[in-house]
Amino acid sequence: MERLSGDSESARGRWQIGRVIAVKPETPRVKSFRISVPLWVAHLPGQHYEVRLTAPDGYTAQRSYSIASSPLEEGEIELTIDRLDDGEVSPYFHDVLAAGDDVELRGPFASYFVWRGEAPALLAGGGSGIVPLMSMLRHRRLTAPELPMKLLYSVRSAEEIIYADELGQDALITLTRTVPDDWQGHRGRIDGELIAAAGSLYRTGLAFVCGSNGFVESTAGLLLAAGYDPALIRTERFGPSG
Amino acid sequence: MGGFVSRGFSGRRRVDPDLAARLPPGQYVETGFPVLTAGPAPRVPPEQWRLGIDGAVEDPRDWSWEEFGHKTFESVPCDIHCVTKWSKLGTSFRGVSLDLLLGEAGPRGRYAMIHSYGGYTTNLALEDLTGGRAWVVTEHEGAPLATEHGGPARLLVPHLYFWKSAKWIRSVQILEREEPGFWEQNGYHLRGDPWKEQRYWSD
Repeated sequence: MERLSGDSESARGRWQIGRVIAVKPETPRVKSFRISVPLWVAHLPGQHYEVRLTAPDGYTAQRSYSIASSPLEEGEIELTIDRLDDGEVSPYFHDVLAAGDDVELRGPFASYFVWRGEAPALLAGGGSGIVPLMSMLRHRRLTAPELPMKLLYSVRSAEEIIYADELGQDALITLTRTVPDDWQGHRGRIDGELIAAAGSLYRTGLAFVCGSNGFVESTAGLLLAAGYDPALIRTERFGPSG
Repeated sequence: MGGFVSRGFSGRRRVDPDLAARLPPGQYVETGFPVLTAGPAPRVPPEQWRLGIDGAVEDPRDWSWEEFGHKTFESVPCDIHCVTKWSKLGTSFRGVSLDLLLGEAGPRGRYAMIHSYGGYTTNLALEDLTGGRAWVVTEHEGAPLATEHGGPARLLVPHLYFWKSAKWIRSVQILEREEPGFWEQNGYHLRGDPWKEQRYWSD
């Protein structure tokens, strides 16, 4: 399979103007933005871009957003953004930005939270913590569909499932608050049982856990209890980043 | 990219000029205290806790929690700046100055690697650890430092991005040559001065 490696540093540090190609509503609060990037360089699944908004008087606001797409989609990235009502950048993306608009960004930036395509992986996401994990899942589907990878996805209700039309056999979804009568999947928070249900094919690789701090601490604790080596558990917690 | 304006953006979170002057470029004010850690939080009971200074030093030190508690503590009012863009202004910690701790060990190198429980490392120049600009702290805003924020003790170097303020500090290793720590090997800047926006290697 194709391995990913870091490449030229030239474009990743430079601010550039990307163009929004498409906006896809994922849930009532979450949208995906497909953006063409002129100085595109292949990212590692799990990496992020920085976005900078500039007002007419020069005032700026910056945030970092995880990439949801596979690096095989050359020249483009997808950013999936949760709308934080008291935020500054995410409401702009949701309420103002449309296909055809320009947006200033730079990246991709390195992170420890990256999957290099070298081993099986267990992914655990809470809410919009699924975004960097989706880049891993999509990339693995394109490059190594036989490589074991399983996503445990904890979300409050069925309507808040991001990428609902894309999650198949490689995802175990659990609903934590509102469960429809006809729901066939799991319910309640991720627990030892659900981790056991994911199987043991992933033990030789990394576990990636992304979500709120509470989600990450609880899930990482369960993985440790299930015998995972702490050195193989990589976590990303989102604080407020509106 | 001078001249680019984001269509329809006016800015909703502007802060008053006094605070704005304390905010490095690209940062925004956060009133909470977000938690960012690369792995699960290690738990270190005080009876097992140690803080060492070793490597290129005259006299290596290794203090227990009780011994450390007898040192001279000071309050540290400060602003902190995370590379993920949030800044927390007007917060406070309590701890022991690195000037005092390093003074007991006698460093013979110009660089340091901080080692933490859980395996985290970060590198700093001795210049950034001395001169009343770095502390090992055990309290935040009057309460014992929470585990998720690095308790029982973390490094505090508020003039650099906050990943330099290593949580769960275990030892300060003095080096004769500069080496990159954990995030510094993973794309982040060797020094991390927020006022120069030294976020990544390419900055």
